[in-house]
Amino acid sequence: MVEVHKYEEKLSYKPKDLGGSLWSDGWIRLKKNKLAIASLFILGFLCITAVLTPIIAPYGYEEQNLLLGAVPPSSDHWLGTDVFGRDMLTRIMYGSRISLAVGFIASGVALCIGVLWGALSGYSGGRIDAFMMRIVDILYALPFMIFIILLMVIFGRNLLLLFLAIGAVEWLTMARIVRGQVLTIKQQDFIEAATSLGLSHWTIIRRHIIPNTLSPVIVYATLTVPSVMLLEAFLSFLGLGIQPPQSSWGLLISYGVETMEEYPWLIFFPGLFLSITLFSLNFLGDGLRDALDPRASKD
Amino acid sequence: MFYFALRRLIQSVPVLIIVITATFFLVRAAPGGPFSAEKNVPPEVVKALEAQYKLDQPIWQQYTSYINDLIHGQFGPSFRYPGRTVNELIEAGLPVTAELALYAMLLAVFFGVSSGVYAGLRPNSIHDYLPMSLSMIGICVPSFLMGPLMVLFFGIYMEWLPISGWGNTPGDKILPTITLGLGYAAFISRLSRGGILEVMSKDYIRTARAKGLPARVIVFKHALRGGLIPVVAFLGPAFAGLLSGSFVVETIFQIPGLGRFYVQAAFNRDYTMILGTTIFFSTLIIVFNLLSDIVSVWLDPKLRDQYRHNK
Repeated sequence: MVEVHKYEEKLSYKPKDLGGSLWSDGWIRLKKNKLAIASLFILGFLCITAVLTPIIAPYGYEEQNLLLGAVPPSSDHWLGTDVFGRDMLTRIMYGSRISLAVGFIASGVALCIGVLWGALSGYSGGRIDAFMMRIVDILYALPFMIFIILLMVIFGRNLLLLFLAIGAVEWLTMARIVRGQVLTIKQQDFIEAATSLGLSHWTIIRRHIIPNTLSPVIVYATLTVPSVMLLEAFLSFLGLGIQPPQSSWGLLISYGVETMEEYPWLIFFPGLFLSITLFSLNFLGDGLRDALDPRASKD
Repeated sequence: MFYFALRRLIQSVPVLIIVITATFFLVRAAPGGPFSAEKNVPPEVVKALEAQYKLDQPIWQQYTSYINDLIHGQFGPSFRYPGRTVNELIEAGLPVTAELALYAMLLAVFFGVSSGVYAGLRPNSIHDYLPMSLSMIGICVPSFLMGPLMVLFFGIYMEWLPISGWGNTPGDKILPTITLGLGYAAFISRLSRGGILEVMSKDYIRTARAKGLPARVIVFKHALRGGLIPVVAFLGPAFAGLLSGSFVVETIFQIPGLGRFYVQAAFNRDYTMILGTTIFFSTLIIVFNLLSDIVSVWLDPKLRDQYRHNK
């Protein structure tokens, strides 16, 4: 008994946590990762400011001050102004709405398609599985970057299409991950129990299969968001993504490049926000992987 | 092994057909004809132009004649630049883009592998954390931000390096190469660190150590071969990424390469040019994915056996 007590004292968490669910265990492990928690706070802060932008932005989105022109950061304009005298902080805040929305919504689209496809494929098995995965293989080999550009050129640069096009690219890996998970889950006893209780296939997939695949899915989804944001910024930088009057960080960077010699803050600040967001998402993703999916290899 | 290569080769054929067909019909479905920008063109002229570009034929016939041209290596004329063919533009731009991509790839592989292996052999020390933090910066600062920032610092403030062009002034290839290669160097570095870390805990490495082999031989002869398989598998996708990265880098540095032509064609809605270059890029990417798949199976004895048994 004494030895057990000693062991418990060494643990940083109380023994009652030992029997916790995957999520509470994961949360305990995540809380120890300072970098991941800091990232979580930064992302939360950015998301809240993005939502509240119309209320808290210091200037109006369209507000110009041509007499002022481009000025470096000052107490009136914390991040300076652009050549039209528009406040950069305001522009970056409005830009964050689009950049974050593209990141999260397009990842959400990818998540839904990927999880459903992977779960159906893995659960069905046999020929259906082989057929569905062959489609994924073929799509994998397509050069999607070029296809997205093609779509944006042909159907015009609209935001909805961008969500769909990016979402349509990113679901493939998700489908593979989920299928791999499902293949092992469906052989376990509780699925057999569910089948013998007479539950329908759809209920089994929805209630028993998908919830058990969630931890790698969440990890991968967190890592998908930065790659999607990068893709949007990349397209906007080339002038093939978001179109004015809408704005995103990628677009702000591409404007900043044009005048960076005279007004370097116009490229520096949007770039800083984009990079910090990408850093945070990557660190959070790594932290979540260590916390929720300890078996996954670190690269 | 031969069967695996053959099977993968045969698998790429339908992919290529899908690419060509999808691109062709997407481009044809685009709203607005190629001449809709020019106003007040007499109907006879439009008719003559359409006849010249075979747009007056039924779509099915256009498709078969396009496929026929492709088989003979002809990508057709450009809509925007009369008298120029897509082939000419590709011939003019490809050598430049190929050179840029090659340098970037060499840079990425050299710095990526050496820093990754260095870090992977010294896990959880400062020799590991420092390169890995740097590689995180390389991954999170995209090329279209890193490029302009380097231009600003090295080109404009310090005036060390020229800021645009390709092969005109000495040293003008340095910044584009670094801009394009840096992100991939960072990613390859993380991949090789992971690969080395995993391999070094394997039994055969312990055996090699127990035999008393010098560390140099263990690393270079035994560990690298297995540890770098993820890197080789990544080279195919990396090549695709380098191509699309060249769109940005060639725009920033005003390099007359294929990527810049592509972006310009996209802006000008030069449909045949987009069609031609899309098919050309896709073929290249499919070929490189194929090669990297085959090489990584060839390097990995486990996968090799697996394919030998169920061919």
